[in-house]
Amino acid sequence: MSNLLAINPTLLAIALIVASTPILLAAMGELIVERAGVLNLGVEGMMITGAICGFAIAVESQSPALGFLGAALGGAALALIFGVLTQYLLSNQVATGLALTLFGLGLSAMIGQGYQGVRPPPTSALPLPVLSDIPVLGPVLFNHDPIVYLSFVLVLACWLFLKYARLGLILRAIGENPEAAHALGYKVVRIRLAAIAFGGACAGLGGAYLSLLRVPQWTDGMTAGIGWIALAIVVFSGRRPWRALLGAYLFGGVSVLQLNLQAAGIAIPAAWLSMSPFVITIVVLVIISARGKGDAVEPAALGRSFHASQ
Amino acid sequence: MNASDMLLSVRGISKAYPGVIANDDVSFDVVGGEIHALLGENGAGKSTLVKTIYGLIRPDAGEMLLHGAPFAPATPNEARAAGVAMVFQHFSLFEALSVAENVALGMQDPPPMRQLAARIREKSELYGLPLSPDRRVGDLSAGERQRVEIIRCLLEDPRLLIMDEPTSVLTPQEVDILFQTLRKLAENGTAILYISHKLKEITALCDRATILRRGRVVGHCTPRDVSESKMAELMVGSAVQVPSRRRNAPGAELLRVSGLSLPPATIFGTALQGISLALRSGEIIGIGGIAGNGQDELLAALSGERLSAPGTITLEGRDIARSGPTARRALGLLSAPEERLGHAAAPDMSLTENAMLTAAHRQKLMARGFLRWNAARDFARRIIADFDVRTPGPDVPARALSGGNLQKFVIGREVLQRPRVFVVNQPTWGVDAAAAAAIRQALLDLASAGAAVICISQDLDELMEIADHFAVLNEGRLSAPRPTDGLSIEDIGLMMGGAKDMEAAHVA
Amino acid sequence: MIALERRAAPSRFWAYLTPPLAVLLTMAAGAVLFAMLGKDPVAAIRTIFWDPLFHPQFAAYSRPQLLVKAAPLILIAIGLSLGFRAGVWNIGAEGQYIMGAIAGAGVALAFYPMDAWFIFPLMVIAGLLGGWAWAMIPGILRVRFNTSDILVSLLLVYVAQHFLALMAVGLMRNPDGGGFPGSRNLQHYPAAANPELFPGTGMHWGVIAAFIAVIFAYILLTRHLRGFQIRVTGAAPRAARFAGVSPGRMVLFCFGISGALAGVAGLFEVSGPSGQISINFHAGYGFTAIIVAFLGRLHPIGILLAGLLLALTYIGGELAQFMLDLPAAAIQTFQGMLLFFLLALDVLTNFRLRIGKRAPV
Repeated sequence: MSNLLAINPTLLAIALIVASTPILLAAMGELIVERAGVLNLGVEGMMITGAICGFAIAVESQSPALGFLGAALGGAALALIFGVLTQYLLSNQVATGLALTLFGLGLSAMIGQGYQGVRPPPTSALPLPVLSDIPVLGPVLFNHDPIVYLSFVLVLACWLFLKYARLGLILRAIGENPEAAHALGYKVVRIRLAAIAFGGACAGLGGAYLSLLRVPQWTDGMTAGIGWIALAIVVFSGRRPWRALLGAYLFGGVSVLQLNLQAAGIAIPAAWLSMSPFVITIVVLVIISARGKGDAVEPAALGRSFHASQ
Repeated sequence: MNASDMLLSVRGISKAYPGVIANDDVSFDVVGGEIHALLGENGAGKSTLVKTIYGLIRPDAGEMLLHGAPFAPATPNEARAAGVAMVFQHFSLFEALSVAENVALGMQDPPPMRQLAARIREKSELYGLPLSPDRRVGDLSAGERQRVEIIRCLLEDPRLLIMDEPTSVLTPQEVDILFQTLRKLAENGTAILYISHKLKEITALCDRATILRRGRVVGHCTPRDVSESKMAELMVGSAVQVPSRRRNAPGAELLRVSGLSLPPATIFGTALQGISLALRSGEIIGIGGIAGNGQDELLAALSGERLSAPGTITLEGRDIARSGPTARRALGLLSAPEERLGHAAAPDMSLTENAMLTAAHRQKLMARGFLRWNAARDFARRIIADFDVRTPGPDVPARALSGGNLQKFVIGREVLQRPRVFVVNQPTWGVDAAAAAAIRQALLDLASAGAAVICISQDLDELMEIADHFAVLNEGRLSAPRPTDGLSIEDIGLMMGGAKDMEAAHVA
Repeated sequence: MIALERRAAPSRFWAYLTPPLAVLLTMAAGAVLFAMLGKDPVAAIRTIFWDPLFHPQFAAYSRPQLLVKAAPLILIAIGLSLGFRAGVWNIGAEGQYIMGAIAGAGVALAFYPMDAWFIFPLMVIAGLLGGWAWAMIPGILRVRFNTSDILVSLLLVYVAQHFLALMAVGLMRNPDGGGFPGSRNLQHYPAAANPELFPGTGMHWGVIAAFIAVIFAYILLTRHLRGFQIRVTGAAPRAARFAGVSPGRMVLFCFGISGALAGVAGLFEVSGPSGQISINFHAGYGFTAIIVAFLGRLHPIGILLAGLLLALTYIGGELAQFMLDLPAAAIQTFQGMLLFFLLALDVLTNFRLRIGKRAPV
């Protein structure tokens, strides 16, 4: 029992935020995509592609900033393949998303040849002046690297966009009833494509966070399923930004906690603890769907191909 | 009425589609500030006409004048810019979004949300259609949704407002509210083109009426000065003959429905309320009513796609309310739904496979789970031959057949299975005259052979031709069936138009 | 202006043409990819597709591997294809494969070292049940709570992988293994082994099971009521309901059968080519099987051919790794590209390309 007390809550909180950031970034991107009525299951593929693109570019240029930019662009490029296939060629969204994941995993492993064991250029923390000196909250919230701050800003931006922006309103309408939106003159395909690219960029960014900051290193398949967790979070957050934040932090918290428990020598085999985040995610999904419609209503046109038959 | 009062002038508009003439040389005028009714049965051409006025359809011939100037909108945007607005029968709203958001989406350049919300509140209160801008459209009743559509139109200050069958989704109280609104609008100078076939309402609301029948204008009148029965006659046409049909001596009771009630399956569905009827062998009951009053739901309840409370449906004494479609088919209750492609038949599957879809058990097309495709093909060929289905063969996908031919196949498939009770929804909708006659004859023959038939249809002529009894399905309630012998056209028109036999009960 | 116009009936011509065309396009794109990696593209394509079958030196080894690699792919893909046809998305076959293997190996290890005829059949049943049970979780959750079958089946893959690790280092660890993770090697336990039945062919019980599955699926889809119901459910769900199909039962059936087939594939692997429960036991067959299912157009014969083709790419990839220093991940990329091309070309089955403006209505 005394081992448990060795876990420092402040450090835990900081680690939680760092662990949750990749998922949060990916979830935000996918959230916007799904609000537009498109289901992109390729998050895992886009994340890992972003991870290697970011890593490779950062190492070659010795600039982590360029790395992150490259990751976002790489993720967006991959997402656009999905976009063209599903929006212009009307391919099945589920199958295409899976193809994206498989392709992304393979492509990233290929590009990653020769980057194993390499150290990336470090991304320094950016403590916010004054704010980071607040006891407890300071180090937990305001002494992070720029990407964490970006993730907070992203959540805020997505929320504002969906709630108050005209384009956000149009996006939501397209996700509900693309035929009616088209009849009203809105460019359904173009807006969806933009959303898909955005989703890819966010996922790519999230992946790069893993390889450049969290770990920081490149390994084959290093995302280990968090792309799927991000998708689950989007579902059970009802596609609402603040709830997704909560979900990401919940998941991050569970994974960090189980790591700490493993380290503290708790007598539960590591595999059970490693499993726990996934099992908990499933349980939450079931609870949310069992509660039925009401809060977690999905965009009515989610997953359906749209073909303007005019 | 001088030329300066004339708002809209329609002259000689004609529009034809393959196989049907929708509008044939239609002319009429609408004066500013009047409520003008466009009256006619389903298929009379009202929808086509107003879509032409609204810019959705280009006419083949004729012209229109708005305030004396030529008016030929190429798109709804142009019509709206000229001051013509339309509220459709089927709304195109975004259910998960709020009222204000829906209105904003329909506008070219909406003001900021807070201003818009204030204008919505103001306008809606002014016209007695209170609307809270923040509510989700998905939570609104059909009547409230219609208000959203109306407010969307009113915010652009139209000079002509077209309303297409607006009261089909309203409760009687909501109808009153709507009428007050429309009167107010007319007082303020907006003309209203009101499409309907409900005579009572038109008498209560409208200043003048133009009556359409089979694409042509058959009369103009002032509703207040004319009796409803006269209007009904013009609408329905005195060409409806009470048919000379062999009347079968009714046999044993086959089907009894008692107090069948079901909640709606989807948000826009209709709840069935306390439906009761009894059918005897050899009888045909015709159920009339405009679409959207529970026809699909009734068929689903009878076919077994939806289960009902025990005891509500019995077939030859057996309680089948909790049995699924396969069990009901085995007992002899067959059906043919309205939607040919996608429901009665799988569009991409061949006719042979579609024959297997419902006939597998009854026609012994199956042996211990294994399908006998040769037998199914033979059965499909028999259907094709007996019902004169024009198709190269039984292996053609259902999608490739014309509407009439597919309908013949669908009906034939059930009829050849010798049902005890047959329920059909819109048997001749969209079917050419020859095929329609063949289908009706098939239904009559079925009854003569001892089966009982429920024919749900919007086509009054058809029901009068083949049915022994007639009832109306209105908002999920069934009127008491009356024998068709001795039922006058007047009675029919009134039963269709409103509430002769029914209480104006408020649907909660 | 290029527009898509829906066809009156799906084009059979394109339905047959798209898979081979997709393969050709992938080969071309693959060649470009390999060239960018600095390898001779023609040599690479030849090594992957031709050499495993016909190379004078290596083919004798790689040819039997074709059936070995194809068997699990075909078994799993057959099960998946039934579900996909009905709109039931079982993405977690990888997890069901693992659980089937664990269940089967568990039975074997429980009986060790007894020698009896019934051990292997019991293992097969355990494999079927293990996969079935794991697949029923997302199935029941979907029917009862309307939870996403895609997400639950997927997440369970990761749970299964961790569970596998648990078994490999814990419960199933070989007591005679010197402390290393991994179970006893079942190939050395005759009553539980799944040996090569005909030397040099690579045929083991799993291969036979795969062929049986192909025949079974073919008969089911073309001749049996249940197969017909599956087809209708996917093609026209409302018509299926009208015909009397219960949607919930269909979901459970599809999950059950795909889970069982994936599970038994896992069993044949663990008692045969792989030999033991180890942390690296799973090889991604469950995911590649999805590609096989689509490439085979969800048709049993197509899946047979597609399974053989993808097995070829696995073996060819290994050969290319060995001979040309091609990275292993290149093959996975290749397979992903194949699915992309197939999906892209698929549009031509249901839509026609139309160039130029159309007269307004």
